Amino acid sequence: MVEIYKSLADSVSKIQDGEVLMIGGFGGSGSPIELIHALIDRFSATGSPSRLTVVNNNAGNGYVGIAAMIRAGMVAKMICSFPRSSNAKAFNEKYLAHEIELELVPQGTLAERIRAGGAGIPAFYTPAGYGTEIADGKPTESFNGKMHVRELALIGDHAIVKADVGDTSGNLTFRMAARNFSPLMCMASKNSIVQVRHLVSSGQIKPANVMTPGIFVSGLIEVPNPEQEELLVRKEAVHQ
Amino acid sequence: MTLETLSQLKLSNAQIAWRAAQDILDGSYVNLGIGLPELIAQFQPEGRKITYHTENGVLGFGEAPDSGDEDWDLINAGKKPITLNPGASFFHHADSFAMVRGGHLDLAVLGAYQIAENGDLANWRVGQNGVPAVGGAMDLVHGAKRVAVMTDHTTKDGKPKLLKACTFPLTGVNCVDRIYTSLAVIDVQGEKFILREKHKDLSISDLQSLTEAELHVVGTLENFDVPEDI
Repeated sequence: MVEIYKSLADSVSKIQDGEVLMIGGFGGSGSPIELIHALIDRFSATGSPSRLTVVNNNAGNGYVGIAAMIRAGMVAKMICSFPRSSNAKAFNEKYLAHEIELELVPQGTLAERIRAGGAGIPAFYTPAGYGTEIADGKPTESFNGKMHVRELALIGDHAIVKADVGDTSGNLTFRMAARNFSPLMCMASKNSIVQVRHLVSSGQIKPANVMTPGIFVSGLIEVPNPEQEELLVRKEAVHQ
Repeated sequence: MTLETLSQLKLSNAQIAWRAAQDILDGSYVNLGIGLPELIAQFQPEGRKITYHTENGVLGFGEAPDSGDEDWDLINAGKKPITLNPGASFFHHADSFAMVRGGHLDLAVLGAYQIAENGDLANWRVGQNGVPAVGGAMDLVHGAKRVAVMTDHTTKDGKPKLLKACTFPLTGVNCVDRIYTSLAVIDVQGEKFILREKHKDLSISDLQSLTEAELHVVGTLENFDVPEDI
């Protein structure tokens, strides 16, 4: 059953200290800003959730979204491929001060580790990273005459993502390139919370148009006019 | 050769991009890396249909939109706004990298800090300081049918970037097929640099003096034929 939340605060209430949180989006595209800010508001009021491990392609930009989570001090570790952005000060300062841990993962390996987590595959081999420092300490094996590196699946305790349309069965569509990691994160997380721009009744999304089937979704909340992270960054908006 | 002579002689980034664009065949699926390789799309030869892939889940994107027409859900891997060409498609990240690793792309072009004669590439960090960021480069170098690199032939202070062995952290081993530099076109074959084209005002020994690893000539060596006015 998919839970339909009435408030942003309720939708993020299950996320606890020290858990693994997957956050959809690639840069600003697909970033679930309202869910992230609801989580920061809860942390500001209660001190929880803290010590989170956050999985995202990047590590935040400017003073909003994941960057604001990092500034607030909620994040112990980032698992990402590219912790760089037009203003990555939040992550950079914590990283260089050894106040945040970084697990750097090649982008395709990151996607596949999340997919594998959702698909019941505990580990897989990829050619990416063989012979580089990314492969240090990992088993390697030759297949078809080419060396590969073993990588482990990633599973989230929670995912928070943004979709375009969601129906009350949890089926989702995504807008253009805002899809990116979000369908994978919904598969790979035990509790997947989705903010949707339009919440419709079951059956209103044609079965052939469903991009993420509702079986991968735990809860929905309608956020009709979501903020776009890139525009917030450009106007130097601050969430704290 | 002085740095000044070298800087007057070498191709501009646009000229390197033009040269690289000439080799992209009609009907190809291509990923152009963030930065220099992105310039290649501007010089796509008339009459060829080339479909561009970007890591964040778009196939068949076109030019940048006009200012004011940006849609921030429609960006490339460099987080820049794009437009779509007819026949474009969207997909999630696992499908995007299935296209990459699965050998479905005909060509990937990347930037480089260093390339070794055995085809090793270093293009993601210059040492152990600062914040590392790798993105999709480590996947791209092992997936596309051909991997090309576009780079200045030397560093800003005239030191070779084409080496016997890379000294910076590697992006991938034995992965580069062709190198387009500001002075030459070089193939990597049998763990050797094979010189294919060079600037007409440079001798092979001039070029060798700017290249750490040995340059080999096999068959014909051509001079660059690149337009001056780009």
